[in-house]
Amino acid sequence: MKGQRTGALRRISWTTLATQVLLWGYAAIVLFPLLLVVSSALRPTREIFKNPVGLPKSPSFDSFVRAWEQANFNVYFFNSLLITVSSVLLATAVAALASYMLGRYTFTGSRFLTAYFLAGLMLPFRLAIVPLFLLLNNMGLIDNRLGLILVYAATGIPFSIFVLSAFFRQLPRELSEAARIDGAGEFTIFGRIMLPLVRPALATVIVFQFVPLWNDFFFPLVLLRSTNKWTLPVGMTRFFGEFQTDWSTLFAGLIITTLPLILIFLLATKQIIAGLTAGIEK
Amino acid sequence: MGGFRIGGKGRKRTRGVGHQAPHWSIIALFILPAFLLYTVFMVWPLFQSLYFSLFEFKGLARGSFVGLRNFRELLTRYPLNEQLPRAFLHNVYFFIGTMLVQNTMGLLLARLLYAPRWGKRFFQVVYTMPYLISALVVGYLWSLMLNPLFGPINYILRAVGLGSWARPWLGDPHTALTAIILVNAWQWVGFPMLLFSAGLTNISDEIREAARIDGATSWRLFFHIELPLLLPVIGIVTVLTFIGNFNVFGIVWAMGGVNGEPAGSTDVLGLVFYRTAFRGGVDAFGLASALAVLMFIFIFGVSLFMLGRFRKWEEHLT
Repeated sequence: MKGQRTGALRRISWTTLATQVLLWGYAAIVLFPLLLVVSSALRPTREIFKNPVGLPKSPSFDSFVRAWEQANFNVYFFNSLLITVSSVLLATAVAALASYMLGRYTFTGSRFLTAYFLAGLMLPFRLAIVPLFLLLNNMGLIDNRLGLILVYAATGIPFSIFVLSAFFRQLPRELSEAARIDGAGEFTIFGRIMLPLVRPALATVIVFQFVPLWNDFFFPLVLLRSTNKWTLPVGMTRFFGEFQTDWSTLFAGLIITTLPLILIFLLATKQIIAGLTAGIEK
Repeated sequence: MGGFRIGGKGRKRTRGVGHQAPHWSIIALFILPAFLLYTVFMVWPLFQSLYFSLFEFKGLARGSFVGLRNFRELLTRYPLNEQLPRAFLHNVYFFIGTMLVQNTMGLLLARLLYAPRWGKRFFQVVYTMPYLISALVVGYLWSLMLNPLFGPINYILRAVGLGSWARPWLGDPHTALTAIILVNAWQWVGFPMLLFSAGLTNISDEIREAARIDGATSWRLFFHIELPLLLPVIGIVTVLTFIGNFNVFGIVWAMGGVNGEPAGSTDVLGLVFYRTAFRGGVDAFGLASALAVLMFIFIFGVSLFMLGRFRKWEEHLT
């Protein structure tokens, strides 16, 4: 009896140990390169080449200044911010309006419209780049930040409607009923009563659109020509050619590009996880 | 369904749907902005690709109708006739490799983190973090890590006595694509992990308890109870991985360049498509539209097929 119990205990502690080793081991594989980037950005390139894995002797932010000023990161950063924020706000605004109607009411065609919007979740829209390029060219929007904003906003609509219409559907109807009796119009009910109630969903939608747009490389590569309109990912391709031998600055550039995302992640971990598992979590 | 609805009296009153819909002009005001933006910049161009693929292009100008000539050119003109099948096989390899490494790892991590344990949230957050970073940044970051001269990976291998393993990972055609698949998995593993975690949470505790009372070991519990019940999530993860891998672009660009170096060993369909459209000859847009159509049919078709298969499988099991 006693032998059996210690056997079971030993088995449990072995699996526990193996689990811990796996969990921490993989965490190290994830974190090591990220920490090394930070450490390397603070060291001069000479030092990195002598010893690639090491801590900065006298940490210096020179590399960040070089990336920011000489490598044009100030320009790219501003463009990325302008384009991403505008697209996210535009997509969220129009998606919230449409989701309200689709989530709250049934009318002729409402089912079809919902399906039509949700189909976009599965469409590989990068494959539409040739007609899109010609369309924007006809509108005079090639090499124009507005063109990119419109395209980005369009790509954000399916996911936003997917999340927001589900939220609108769940709100109790008594809320709008009371307001309607008081004579409130549809826009008032939407703006004053319903919208504030779906704030958590709005946060999810905003955060979840921000990340892929901030990181997108394909569309600005094709749609923007002048370097003074480039976003960070496109700027990065030129940067890695020009600063090939200046690793310290390269690492600083990687950090500058990623910094807003880290901030978002720290502020909105919950929304990101909710967005990733949308449709699966109970 | 809606024919016999009488007021709202007998129905559950907590749900918001089922009001008398407002006037159509108000409906239109709410829906039209999203509808127009989405249709003009997303749906319409996608359909146009289909149409454009049947025309000859001269630069930006659309010329005459040429039937399926663009498709024939795509499969017969050098170097496309060599690059296209090669890139396709690379995407297949990418998908298989990702399923084996990334998604298996994601499932393993989700299972390890399922049991309530200290630091669950911490590990989840850490594993998901690289997903946030741009594919391009991840690619450049790892091309520095894997650099043959000053890269930390080879430095560490030498330092721990595995110097014979040190090699130019991205410079050797035999290892380059595999290295990219591993780096891609490093970035994405948090995604299947979160989906599997959510799936595991949805399995009721009673089922687990019943199995345990019947004397099932945790090993058997996993393979005979949890894994079959996870099938819907496995289906979703498989299809999303497939779609993602056949669209892969940024990370390969960062690590292998626009031509998929070394020697085209990391060339994938996304890069071929980009080169055909924007680095091609005068008739590039017609060819690229044809390629877009082929890729669209293939990716969409296989996704639907997979979803159907998984659904049948689920029915078979339940």
